[in-house]
Order: sequence, then structure tokens, then C-alpha cells
Amino acid sequence: MNHVVRGIAASFLLCVATLANATQPAPALPGDSVYQLSLPLTDSQGQTRDWRTLRGKPRLMSMFYTSCQYICPLIVESGKAIERQLSPAQQQRLGIVLISMDPARDNPAALKKVMDRRKLDASRWTLATPPADDVRAVASVLSIRYRQLADGGFNHSSALILIDADGRILARTEKIGSQPDPDFVAAVRKAVGG
Amino acid sequence: MRHALVALLIALPLAGLAAGAVSGRYAGVPGGMFKSALRYEDAKAGVRIKTFALMRKPVTNAEFQAFLKRHPEWRRDRVSSVFAEPRYLQHWASADTLGPAALPDRPVVWVSWFAADAYCRSLDARLPTWIEWEYAAAADETRRDARQDPAWRERILSWYARSSKDALPRVGMQAPNVYGVQDLHGLVWEWTDDASSLMVAADNRNQGDPDKGKFCGAGALSMDDRENYAVLMRVAMLSSLEGRDATANMGFRCARSAP
Repeated sequence: MNHVVRGIAASFLLCVATLANATQPAPALPGDSVYQLSLPLTDSQGQTRDWRTLRGKPRLMSMFYTSCQYICPLIVESGKAIERQLSPAQQQRLGIVLISMDPARDNPAALKKVMDRRKLDASRWTLATPPADDVRAVASVLSIRYRQLADGGFNHSSALILIDADGRILARTEKIGSQPDPDFVAAVRKAVGG
Repeated sequence: MRHALVALLIALPLAGLAAGAVSGRYAGVPGGMFKSALRYEDAKAGVRIKTFALMRKPVTNAEFQAFLKRHPEWRRDRVSSVFAEPRYLQHWASADTLGPAALPDRPVVWVSWFAADAYCRSLDARLPTWIEWEYAAAADETRRDARQDPAWRERILSWYARSSKDALPRVGMQAPNVYGVQDLHGLVWEWTDDASSLMVAADNRNQGDPDKGKFCGAGALSMDDRENYAVLMRVAMLSSLEGRDATANMGFRCARSAP
């Protein structure tokens, strides 16, 4: 129900924006796009936007939570390591989106702390939190498994997912760390173009 | 005296559920401590289940058809492929008619997790969590926890031994369990909200393990009660599926939290 209402609201806003700009309406989303899921995300600036606004350029996506001590910093490191394999122009054409699985704790301030501490460029990196009711759905479209633990932490699968400008999954790697998977890097290079 | 107090404690949250407009379609399941057949390293003493309501029967084809009338975006000819694989509702005669392979009073199957989730949300309900499902399914007709009874296990396993090619019986044929819930065993597999939390694997965090980074965090999940094949098979099934998958024997029912 919430999804439907949000979907209608999002379409309405899209229409208004389209009329205002007098531009062509955006082409329909492909059926296998992850953006078929309506998902409001609140970022480290405190801005809430449906993640469909991320449409338009290829993105690396993963899920994390800010209080994670071990793997989650490695997920950030993995994103950086892949960026280092790209030219500055290619870097500008790739977005990196880390979605929190811990809405109870990952408010904008917590996300911003990670942005600052890890020196993440806000023009390329987005750290954002969905509403609690939507975490399972976004994890499912990205095929990420997780379980909340008794102490509030999470047990989760770690993966980087490459999606194209329309939200279709192009590649996936579970090799996390500072030595990126060469096949995955090749897929990223191909997605962002020469 | 003690019995009266216990009865009162159980009755109160259930009265709350009834007041929360939970119709006769749901049965109240009083909360309690529960030791899963899974070993949760982070909760070895068991998990506290809060009182909740669970649908008495799995959702039927007729009920799912009524949902599709209100939410046609979930018809098999309109659903996004990210939410349902091509076999979604393949046994229906058409996108909006049931037909001989999907009789109205049979449990709906060939449904994805996303569709099941959307159905429950449309009723202001949700899918039950795995632990809620296992807790309710540990009961038989007279006991809240019948799991140590070999006869109980035998009865459940005899269903697993039946051919899945046979036509499904209609819902509600089996005797209600102690909560008034039917068909938790012996009819279909059922989606849970957190089906994708079931990561049954050996500990992946050992040094030198190539899969070291695959799972993060303490609290690996493994089977504690290896004799409980009924639960083991459910978990193996759920942990092998993605949210868009659909199978011939996978249905669902909805739950609600106590207000």
C-alpha cells in the first residue's frame, strides 16, 4: 500500500517537474530495473528523495551500517579502490551509493560522520537510509541477505553491485577490499565509457 | 491462582489484538520465550517473541485474485520482472482468471516474496518473521511446543515425503493448532518477511577462507536441532530463494503486530 501511494506521489511529482521544465517525459523504466521499487532515501545532508532520482548514470551500490566495525569500512574501501582504477573523467560519470540497513541509528548525522571521516566526495558518493519498512525490499532487489542481531548489529552478505543508468544490474562482486576484482573493474569501465 | 494470572496475562494482549480490528481471519498468538531449531549465536538462551496475530489459513487463489483486482500492477502480465520471475502465477488460466490448475479454495502458489509482501501490506499487515512462523508452527492441536514428540515429527515428515506433483488440497482441511492456526505444516511452504535473513552456512569468518568477506558480523546461523528436519528443510528452502523467485509449493500468510 505504502509503495503504491509513494509510487503515485512520485509519478505526480515527476509529471509536475516535467510540465515545469517542458521537457520530454522520462522513458519508462525497464521491467528489470531496481528503480521499479519506490524507495525514499534520506542522505547525509538530511534530504529525502526517492532513489529513482539516482537514475541517469551508472552507479555502484551496496548496503552497510555506520556502526559496523569490520566489513563496512572495507565496503567503503572497495568503492575507493574501484574509483582509483578509473580516470578522473570516468570517476565523474560513476556514482557510488551505500544504503544503510540500520534506519534506527543511521540518521543524517551518523551518515555525515562517515562521509567526513572517510573523506568521501559528496558529488560522487551518496550515503543514505531508507525507512525501516523498506530495508528488506531494497536488500531483496539487490540480493543482499541480512539478519539483525540481538545486540543491534547485523550479519549480512557484502557485495558491490553495478547498475546502469536505468537501474539494471550489470555486474556484481563479493570480493570486498582494496584489491578489486579485475572482471568487475572491467565491467565498471565499460559502463562509464572511455 | 497462578493459572488465573497466566490466563489473564495471555488474554490481555489478545483482547488488544481483537480491539485492533483483527478480524476472524487471524488468530492471536501469545508471546513467549522461544528456542529456535536454529542456533543463533547472538541469542543462545532463546528469543522473546512478542504477541502477534497470524492468519488462520494460507492465502487462497480467490483471495489473491481479489487483491489483483485492486492492485493490477501485480498481475502476471504487468508485474515488473525485478519483482517476479517469469513463472509467477503461471498455473492460472490467464492473468486474471484462475482455471482448473488454480481452484479458488487452494492456497496461492507460484508467488514471489515481493508479491506476498505487497498483498500483506495492502491489508495493513505484514509477512510473519521466520521466528514467529517457527514459533507458531512448533504447536500441535494441544501443545504450544510439540517439537520433542517423535510422533509430531513423523507426521510432518510424512508430508514432505509426498510427491509435489499431486494437486494441492484446499486450505483449512487440517485441525487447527492450539492457537487456532491451520496448515502450517502439510500444505505448502510459506514466505516469511525475513526469508533473506536465513544464511545457513558454516562460519565464513575464518582466516584464509576465500569467502571471508561474504558475510559480516558475529552471530552465524546454524542448525541447533539437527533432528528437526521439518524446520531444516524449510530453512534450506527459504535460504535458497531470491525475492523474485516463485515455486509450485511456495505460498504465504500474513501477520500483524499487537497494537
